[in-house]
Amino acid sequence: MTRGFAVSLLLMLGGMVLAFGWHVAVGAKVVPLGTVFEALTAYDSSIFDHVIIVDLRLPRAVYAVLVGASLAVAGALMQGMTRNPLAEPGILGLLTGASFAVVMTIGFFGLLSPAWTPLVAAIGASVTAVLVWAVAAAAPGGSTPLTLVLSGAAITAFLGAFTALANLLDQESFEALRVWLTGTLTGRSPALLWWSLPWITGGMLIAFAIARQVTALALGDETAVGLGVHVARLKALAMLSVIALTAASVSIAGPMGFVGLVIPHVARMFVGADYRLIVPFSAGLGATYLLLVDIAARLVLAPIEVSTGIVTVILGAPFFVWLVRARL
Amino acid sequence: MNVARDLTLDRLKSPKKVSVVPKSRLIVEDLSVGYGAQAVVKGVSLSACEGQLTILVGPNGCGKSTLLKTIARVLRPMYGAATLDGASVHATPTRALAKRMALLPQGPIAPEGLTVQELVSQGRFPHQTLARQWSAEDSRAVAAAMDAADVTEFAERHVDSLSGGQRQRCWIAMILAQETGVILLDEPTTFLDLKVQIDIMSLLQKIAHEQNRTLVVVLHELNIAAMYGDKIVMMRDGRIVDQGTADDVITGENLKSVFALNAHVIKDPISNRPVCLPVVAGPRP
Repeated sequence: MTRGFAVSLLLMLGGMVLAFGWHVAVGAKVVPLGTVFEALTAYDSSIFDHVIIVDLRLPRAVYAVLVGASLAVAGALMQGMTRNPLAEPGILGLLTGASFAVVMTIGFFGLLSPAWTPLVAAIGASVTAVLVWAVAAAAPGGSTPLTLVLSGAAITAFLGAFTALANLLDQESFEALRVWLTGTLTGRSPALLWWSLPWITGGMLIAFAIARQVTALALGDETAVGLGVHVARLKALAMLSVIALTAASVSIAGPMGFVGLVIPHVARMFVGADYRLIVPFSAGLGATYLLLVDIAARLVLAPIEVSTGIVTVILGAPFFVWLVRARL
Repeated sequence: MNVARDLTLDRLKSPKKVSVVPKSRLIVEDLSVGYGAQAVVKGVSLSACEGQLTILVGPNGCGKSTLLKTIARVLRPMYGAATLDGASVHATPTRALAKRMALLPQGPIAPEGLTVQELVSQGRFPHQTLARQWSAEDSRAVAAAMDAADVTEFAERHVDSLSGGQRQRCWIAMILAQETGVILLDEPTTFLDLKVQIDIMSLLQKIAHEQNRTLVVVLHELNIAAMYGDKIVMMRDGRIVDQGTADDVITGENLKSVFALNAHVIKDPISNRPVCLPVVAGPRP
């Protein structure tokens, strides 16, 4: 097991580095990989390609890595915690809740400082999570994978309608948010990255620390109690991590659907059912996935650029359908 | 002093026949449990002894599973206490308790893709911390548990690819790897073939008798309970109606009053254990 693990870890990290290099190299002007490497190691501001790489493309690749890893880890935790293969921040409404809160705050106050954006997104995600769980739990039969998904869909549609309404009433202030609301890695202020970083770091630290307990929890609540897991505390910690990671992702890139659904399942194919492996592999694979998706978003219809979030949904929705057919 | 010497002498004379009173490790005192305000278990007292298989029986909904879950701290009591070696189960930190008491709930979930080895390794959870993840001691305990439950040959297989009986043996291996003195099991033989039920119960009996552990098992198969129980606790409507040896508890009167079952109780001439034979109404061939 250890050798297989080492090999897959190396493969994953190698894939991530390659995807990162490729991501930085492609765009309106293709920069050779050698120049990319030079720009990163021996930056020279008089060389135009170096400036493109470091000022424009590098931040975007970093956003892709952080957002991809965060959403994938959040999805993995949600799936483990709820023992629901369909759980992820998008389907259960957290992405919509977080972006709704951001949009409404900007709508009412006209402006939202980057420092407060992750917090506002976190509040939106938390309230939505509680709402989705409450609606699902009130359904006959309680919160099953199916009622959770349905409740998530209903609340997503509800909040989506309000966002659209606000958009129509005040087109001017929402114009800037239109692209962000489809999930994008372009044109975000670097300040947002810095203000989101503590949230991502905190969320990731919690996720890595509780991974072992999530494996025990996946065996059933009662089994976990018998093994000495403090179930209520563990669920609260996992939720905290999911909210922090989701809020930071939405702050940086808007709602990026289905990343949290697809990646943990792919990670499981490589490493099995132990969350001590699923969590780090989800992080790495999520980062690689979003880098590749973002390359596709920029290349497929070039010179027109598609929102990255649109591509993740186009790829993720069929996977969701397949998962429902195979697992429910 | 004298008693101690007598015991020593006794032991010298016939080392196999010493009848030391078995030690009660798990004691339940006047325990009431409920969901909401409705009590499901009402003022129950019992004890489970080291080296014995204590079996809880009773009709569906009599509160036997609720009682077990409360002893296992899945539920909190409304009144009364369950104590393990004198300390309240509900006041002990859950991780510390898990080193001394294990639980196999009814219908546990094996996540897709989990191997038997990984499942059994979960039993080591309470013995590990973030800083000390895996030790040689853990490897030894897991290997010994898989050997005892006879699942070593499946080690690399996925749990969800095994048959019901094999899977149940894997779960038992998991709680054996926990290496606790007390083990609680909630209906470990449900939905299994008779032969597999016997295999599982023989395994549990061996664990109790040979490893001197305290086992408390909820069962609904009366004859299996009569065959294996060192002590039978019979419940109805949240109360204990009778407890004692199988001979004392599995009687025609008890079956009638507790289960509303009209049955003969005869003795199996080989095991000398009571066997219930329900009386079938109507003409016979």
